[in-house]
Amino acid sequence: MDYIDPHIHMVSRTTDDYATLARMGCRALSEPAFWAGYDRGSVDGFRDYFEQLTDFEPKRAAQFGIDHYTWLCINAKEAENVSLSREVIAMIPEFLSRPNVLGIGEIGLNRNTPNEATVFLEHLDLANRLGELVLIHTPHLADKHAGTRMILDMLAGDQRTNPERVLIDHVEEHTIRPALDAGYWVGMTLYPVTKCTPERAADMVERYGAERVMVNSAGDWGPSKPTAVPDFIFEMRRRGHADELISQVVWGNPREFFGRRRTDRPGAT
Amino acid sequence: MAKLNITDHARTPAPGEVLDHEYLPVRAKLLEVAASLDRVARAEGASADDPRRRQIDEALKLLLEDGDSRAERMQLLFSLPYDDGWRDRFGL
Repeated sequence: MDYIDPHIHMVSRTTDDYATLARMGCRALSEPAFWAGYDRGSVDGFRDYFEQLTDFEPKRAAQFGIDHYTWLCINAKEAENVSLSREVIAMIPEFLSRPNVLGIGEIGLNRNTPNEATVFLEHLDLANRLGELVLIHTPHLADKHAGTRMILDMLAGDQRTNPERVLIDHVEEHTIRPALDAGYWVGMTLYPVTKCTPERAADMVERYGAERVMVNSAGDWGPSKPTAVPDFIFEMRRRGHADELISQVVWGNPREFFGRRRTDRPGAT
Repeated sequence: MAKLNITDHARTPAPGEVLDHEYLPVRAKLLEVAASLDRVARAEGASADDPRRRQIDEALKLLLEDGDSRAERMQLLFSLPYDDGWRDRFGL
């Protein structure tokens, strides 16, 4: 089955992984900007990273017939450095006219701190001023529930936010309902130990339906499985779900959401 | 050339079919939990006062409750509390 992985960090994966993804049916993917495993020291570090996301990775993906899209931001782990975060946010528009940019992301919270919230709000302001799509990272483990509620508070607090243009990622059993009820798109991350399994993701589709729901691998440099989306497809088929329903989650929904990206940016090619 | 017919497997599971599939995996997971708790019990310095241990005990009790939202309730059990006055506290 053709599918899209809406959240995978290919900069930390090998070229062999692109080959495997292509053979498993991956036709397109989106790569949010994230933490590199260490805190970058300057805005130029991010400029180089954005160059990699908007120039090198699309070419590497294209060798295997995969369309590569991306999101730009400074991630929540580095948001404790507010002055650097502000420099990066001011630099992001330099890259927004690149053809594979979907919007601002993955912004969010990590440990639910005041500085993280400040930087989240400033990213959100940038996205709303420019009419960009937004991809949101929700925290891990014990911080997820409170952090997701805080993110929903901040989104609701900015009258310009259009829920149809926001994807809240890494939802689990205790956070999917409030995100869907508020009208947002949601992503379930199939990631060992700390997030969600293909079986639990299938449970949530059965419970809440497929509308505005996506699944992703969030494959990165940690313990993760870049072919986790096909695992979800297999689990849904094993339970007897129709291919039409499965395809809505892994193909139709990301296509529809990504299709809402700005295509009229000044200088866009 | 004639097209190959592909079986449409979409259907509602028969009564008992879900348990047929889940029984052995659940047994294996419960055994893993039992063995993990045995390991904790054998470990030097293991304490019943450790809040993580109390949290695990609460989770085990939750498994015996009725309903079909155990996973959601367990997630909340392992979550830090949400304070709706957080913006005032942060000065935002």
